[in-house]
Amino acid sequence: MSALITRPLALLGATVLAALATVGRVTRFALDAFRHIITPPFYGREFWHALVHVGYLSLPVVGLTAIFTGGALALQIYAGGSRFSAEQVVPQIVALGVVRELGPVMVGLMMAARVTSSIAAEIATMKVTEQIDALVTLSTDPMKYLTAPRVFAGLVTVPVLVAVGDTIGVFGGWFVSTQSLGFNPATYLQNTVDFLEPPDVISSLVKGAAFGVIATLMGCYFGMHSGRGAQGVGRATKSSVVAAAVLILAANFVLTQAFFST
Amino acid sequence: MIELKNVHKAFGAKQILRGVDLSVAKGESCVIIGGSGTGKSVTLKCILGLIRPDQGQIKVAGEDVTATGDRDAFLARFGMLFQGAALFDSLPVWQNVAFRLLRGSLKRPRAEAKEIAIAKLRRVGLGPDVADLFPAELSGGMQKRVGLARAIAADPEIIFFDEPTTGLDPIMAGVINELIREIVVEMGATAVTITHDMSSVRAIADKVAMLHGGKIRWHGPVAEMDAAHDPYLTQFITGSPDGPIETLR
Repeated sequence: MSALITRPLALLGATVLAALATVGRVTRFALDAFRHIITPPFYGREFWHALVHVGYLSLPVVGLTAIFTGGALALQIYAGGSRFSAEQVVPQIVALGVVRELGPVMVGLMMAARVTSSIAAEIATMKVTEQIDALVTLSTDPMKYLTAPRVFAGLVTVPVLVAVGDTIGVFGGWFVSTQSLGFNPATYLQNTVDFLEPPDVISSLVKGAAFGVIATLMGCYFGMHSGRGAQGVGRATKSSVVAAAVLILAANFVLTQAFFST
Repeated sequence: MIELKNVHKAFGAKQILRGVDLSVAKGESCVIIGGSGTGKSVTLKCILGLIRPDQGQIKVAGEDVTATGDRDAFLARFGMLFQGAALFDSLPVWQNVAFRLLRGSLKRPRAEAKEIAIAKLRRVGLGPDVADLFPAELSGGMQKRVGLARAIAADPEIIFFDEPTTGLDPIMAGVINELIREIVVEMGATAVTITHDMSSVRAIADKVAMLHGGKIRWHGPVAEMDAAHDPYLTQFITGSPDGPIETLR
């Protein structure tokens, strides 16, 4: 009888302890990554490659996601607004929705899908094939050579991607609204510009930076802590994407509350 | 040059090394043999400081590896050929070979580093046309040669070879064994090799150490190996399924 009570409690305790230990390890990993970002030596070539991979090569997927999201949002706001004769608020709501929420969150999730997975798979494969050990024997710290350039690239490029995504998202709404909902192109744009305020844009870029760090950090962390063989690489990749997506959505809530709760 | 005293290492409940004692003199080529999972790779990684032993002492040229301050300078003394070559996929062959020469304390100008890389590639039997290829474009034997070129690129005092002939056909294995022997003699380097391959042992070793049950079971000159009266060593050399070493069937 007592086992019936203690066993679930023991299981719960073990799970909580394991979760706290993981939080501790991730926190130490993140602090170590930032220490390597600000202390020499710096690997410029690696940083440049990371910039291209994380930032430039993500532009197509960010652009496509943003344009369809902006267009769909315009249709939804128009249909919803028409129920109480408020169709004219489409430019304002699209701008607010895209810049404050959908732009950064969609870019963040695209980063988790595209960048986190590829970083985790690449580093995990390097670990499994002893390339990480080879780096150490060649007097190169893997945290400095692999993690620091990727995390720094995430920090600086994802806000730019978010700015691009926001612009294309608003354009998607403008395109749908002017082509099929009968809005005047110039008035739509004027309403958008007039309605947005600096905190909207700043919050969007700050979210982008936070999501960029989360996406790259999770890829590096799970890659570096991968298990053996193909199964280990697969598990590391899956765990990194899940962790990055959940943390991005949680961070989005915290940042939204920090910026906009009155 | 390398001295291990009573080295213990466990991973969780699994005890791998149970008091390894081994010394390798300067300029000597020592081959560590033993079955899979006996801790050969762990021993090498402990010497390099990649894994910290739970107990015991490891000294390289009189310096305790666990207390060494300047890791960069310490590791600059070593070259290592990994089992699967462990070449960096994202870099062309010459940058793999010259990796140490392009960064850190041994950094050289890029053109000079490439020249050295091409010279080292030539030393291991590869032409300059290979320099700009990527590792994925090379055969297994060529990858081993590139790994060997990378191991010797910075003229290290100590070279480690982890299963240098695994995955190669017998002729290519013979070529790699011969290359290793020539290079070690020519450089005057201290070499430690771990392998199951007895043809490697005979081609590379001055001394042989057999690791079994987490301890050095037998240690002596390669010439005395066949005449040694150790049933574990004899079973390993002959590859017999019958003997004191337990085998799964």
